[in-house]
Amino acid sequence: MTITVNGAPVAVPAGTTVSALLKLLDVEPQQIAVELDGRVVHREAWSEVPISSGATLEIVRFVGGG
Amino acid sequence: MEDRDRDRYSRQIRFPGIGLPGQQRLLDARVAIVGCGALGSFHAAALLRAGVRRLVLIDRDYVELNNLQRQWLYDQEDAERARPKVEAAAHHLRRIDGECQPEPVAADLTAGNIEEILDGVQLILDGTDNFETRYLINDFAVQRGIPWIYGGAVGSYGITMPVVPGSTCCFACLYPQPPAGIQPTCETAGVVNVLTSSIASFQVSVALQILCERHFEFCITTIDLWSGKLRRVPQPAARPACEVCRLRRFSHLQGRRRAPISLCGRNAVQIHDDGRSVDLVLLKEHLLPLGEVRANELALRFFVPPYEMTIFQDGRAIVKGTTDVGIARSLYARYVGS
Repeated sequence: MTITVNGAPVAVPAGTTVSALLKLLDVEPQQIAVELDGRVVHREAWSEVPISSGATLEIVRFVGGG
Repeated sequence: MEDRDRDRYSRQIRFPGIGLPGQQRLLDARVAIVGCGALGSFHAAALLRAGVRRLVLIDRDYVELNNLQRQWLYDQEDAERARPKVEAAAHHLRRIDGECQPEPVAADLTAGNIEEILDGVQLILDGTDNFETRYLINDFAVQRGIPWIYGGAVGSYGITMPVVPGSTCCFACLYPQPPAGIQPTCETAGVVNVLTSSIASFQVSVALQILCERHFEFCITTIDLWSGKLRRVPQPAARPACEVCRLRRFSHLQGRRRAPISLCGRNAVQIHDDGRSVDLVLLKEHLLPLGEVRANELALRFFVPPYEMTIFQDGRAIVKGTTDVGIARSLYARYVGS
C-alpha cells in the first residue's frame, strides 16, 4: 500500500505498524515523534498502531545543538 | 509610551499583529535566554530590537573565534579578548539600545540555581546545546506555568517547538528520555550559519506572539535548510501519562537526574554518565578531524589542548586539565553530545 511520509510517497506492506515503518525506513526511534493523520502517536503505542493505506505520517526528529 | 519609543518601534507598531498594545507588552516583558551561542545570541538581539529590554542572559562560555561564523551578536574583539559571552552580549545589546537592561549570568543553569535565576520571567528561550538543560527548563517551566520555546539545530537541520503549559504538550510528553549514544554536534557535524538564525527567528516569532498575547496554532516546525524544506506539525496536547506535565514529578528540578560529576585526581573531572553506551568507533570518526585521537575497544582518548578527554564505552568520561565541572560538562556536550 502507499502512504505519505514527510510529504513523500512510500510503499509499505499492508498491516505495517509505526514500529515496523521506522525499521523499514531505518529511522532511529529514540529521537523522534510520530504524527499519523494529524494526531501524535505516543511511543507506547507504536508497536500496536497499524497504518492504513493512504495514511499521512510526519516523523519529527529532535536534535540537541544550539 | 515615550515619543522616542513610538519612533523606534513605529514599524512594528504599524504591524497589525502587534500594534500599540502589543508593543507595550513587549516593553513590559522580562524574558530569559538560556544559552547565548548561535541561537541565544540571535534571540537576544532580535527580542531587544523588538522592544524586550529586560533580558536574563545565561551562559558560562567565553567568545571564541570559531563562534563568529554563526553567533550573531559577537565580534572579533570579543574573541580576541575571550570575553564571557554574557558580558559581550550585554555590551553589544546596550549599543543597540541604551535602555536595554541585560542581566548577565555567567553560569551553568542547574537544579541548584534555576529557581533563583529564572524567578519572575514570563518566557524562556532555549539556546542550549544539550538535552540535560532542556529537561531542567521543561520541569521548571511546567511547574511554574511559564512558556518556553525549545530550539535545536545542527548541520543543516533544525527544529523548534513551543511548550505552553496548560495548552500544549511539554517536552517530556514527546521526548521522555534523552538520547543514548553520541550525538552530532556543531563541532563534529558542522552547522550552516543561517540555519541557527532561521530556527532562532522562528523561536522569536512565537515568543513575540505569546508576549503580545496573540498567537496562532502552536506547531512543531522543522527546517532542512540546505534543501529548503520546512515542515509544520500541529502540536499535540499533553500525553496522559507524562511524568512531568501530568504526574507533576519534577525529577530534574530535584536534581535527581543529572549525571553525577566529581573531581578526580589533581586536575581532572569525571562525568559518571554511565547510563548510555557510546559507540567509540563512530566517536573516533567524528573526532579525528578535530584533534589527536587514540582509541581501543574500551576507551577513547581525545586531545583538545589544554584538555584531554577519556571517554569510556559506558558513557563515562574523564576530563583532564580542569577542576571546573562546568567546563567538563561543556566539553562533553560539544564533543560527545548530550
